[in-house]
Amino acid sequence: MDALLPQTSTQRMMIGSFVLLILFLVAWEWLPGLFGIPAFIIPPASKVWDEFLHMLANDRLLFHTMITAMQVLVGFLLGVLLGMIVGFVLGMSPTAEFMLSPYILALQIAPKVAFAPLFVIWFGYTVYPKILVAVLIVFFPVMINVLGAVRAIDPDIVRLAKSFTASRLQVFWKIEFPAAMPPFFAGLRIAATLAVIGVVVGELVGGNTGLGYLLTFGEGAGNTAMVFVAIIMLTLIGIALYGAIVLIENRILHYLPARARKTA
Amino acid sequence: MAKIRLEFRKVTKRFPAQQRNGEPITAVQDVSFTISDGEVVSIIGPSGCGKSTLLNMGSGLDPVSEGQVFVDGELVTRPNEHVAFMLQKDLLLPWRTIRENVELGLEIQGRPAQERHRIAENLLAKCRLQDFVHHYPHQLSGGMRQRAALARTLAVDPAVLLMDEPFSALDAQTKMVLQQDLGRTLAEAGKTALFITHDLAEAIALSDRVLVMSQRPGRIIEEIKVDIGNRDNPMERRKSPKVGPYVSALMELLHIDQAAA
Repeated sequence: MDALLPQTSTQRMMIGSFVLLILFLVAWEWLPGLFGIPAFIIPPASKVWDEFLHMLANDRLLFHTMITAMQVLVGFLLGVLLGMIVGFVLGMSPTAEFMLSPYILALQIAPKVAFAPLFVIWFGYTVYPKILVAVLIVFFPVMINVLGAVRAIDPDIVRLAKSFTASRLQVFWKIEFPAAMPPFFAGLRIAATLAVIGVVVGELVGGNTGLGYLLTFGEGAGNTAMVFVAIIMLTLIGIALYGAIVLIENRILHYLPARARKTA
Repeated sequence: MAKIRLEFRKVTKRFPAQQRNGEPITAVQDVSFTISDGEVVSIIGPSGCGKSTLLNMGSGLDPVSEGQVFVDGELVTRPNEHVAFMLQKDLLLPWRTIRENVELGLEIQGRPAQERHRIAENLLAKCRLQDFVHHYPHQLSGGMRQRAALARTLAVDPAVLLMDEPFSALDAQTKMVLQQDLGRTLAEAGKTALFITHDLAEAIALSDRVLVMSQRPGRIIEEIKVDIGNRDNPMERRKSPKVGPYVSALMELLHIDQAAA
């Protein structure tokens, strides 16, 4: 009897969530009209849906979405890899961190999206400036989290491994690398949302592909529904990436107590 | 005369000064003792007297400033497979199951998986953790975690066990249960151990001899042979009427009553 309770409460929450979605769509469809807000400010849900179908058929919406998604994914993976490597190296070498920390701090404070025009000058209207902005913006949260995790390892654990005659490489693979995983994944979640921002800014600045391009195109044409569609598609890309990370995280960090993992 | 397992020969340890122009700090000075095969020896002393420093030098993690440390007749210069240590913290890795934690040392030493599993499961059964082999550390109580740490220490089959206040973070009753486990396990396996503690009763309950250290710079000021019997059964030993006089003698040596006055 007791075992059934959580399930029914979960079901109840899901039903509640669904009802809320319906209410939201209804409000979106009719509320702006009731308040006399014109459709070029907030187009109703049905109009955005029509625009979505129209864009699928006429504006190569899927193609632009795939381009943006590909840039997000590549930029994310490269940024994560780079952030992880630099995080581990700096975490293990206080000398390197001391020498590099002013530059890292400066680069961290600089708004990464401001580099987009520079990268467009360097690489033209190609996929590279977009990917590069994503790499830059993804790099920091991952690096900072890995660096902090390596620093936070109890030195006695490393001494324990060394007393078992562990080599430097063994200390890394058996202690430091797994110990950094929980903060690393926390960094990945932040990075996933940032990667989308990086790519969109790159696309806004220059180019004729991607959802960012559709955004500026819709803006120029006064097509508010198109802008809405582009925003929704971008959000979906972000959700897909975030969801994939949560899935992988749950597999890798399965050892953590349930309450420490339950965030999504 | 039994084989000597651990020997400290005129060992001194100095740490560099904390401030500029300061004197280097001498943690321990001119410490010499030997531990024979199968012996359990405790070191007690006031806090900050360098007990843990002795242990770090014994395990080869810290170099000595003067003198030598020998394990099984070999000069200790770096960590080696003859020694294993255990601390107050269990230091279990949260991402490894209990069995995988016990196997850590064996894994580092490159032993094949099947052999590792056999050794670990065997030891976990001895430490009464056979039902928790595939659990994660956070699912265990403090006492159980420390028993798993003991199994991890024993898994590499060290010639000498170095233990630094391994039970001091546990509550009084759990502590007695673990002392019993340790006493029995050490006796059964015929293991040699150097046991650091600040608990006088614990030192007497577990050891063949107790070495008493002075304030810093730590020196060994007295060696007391514990002649009670039942070393494999600390619980029974604690009940012996002979324990009282030993505790009084140690209190005297450590000037505990003066500190309280």
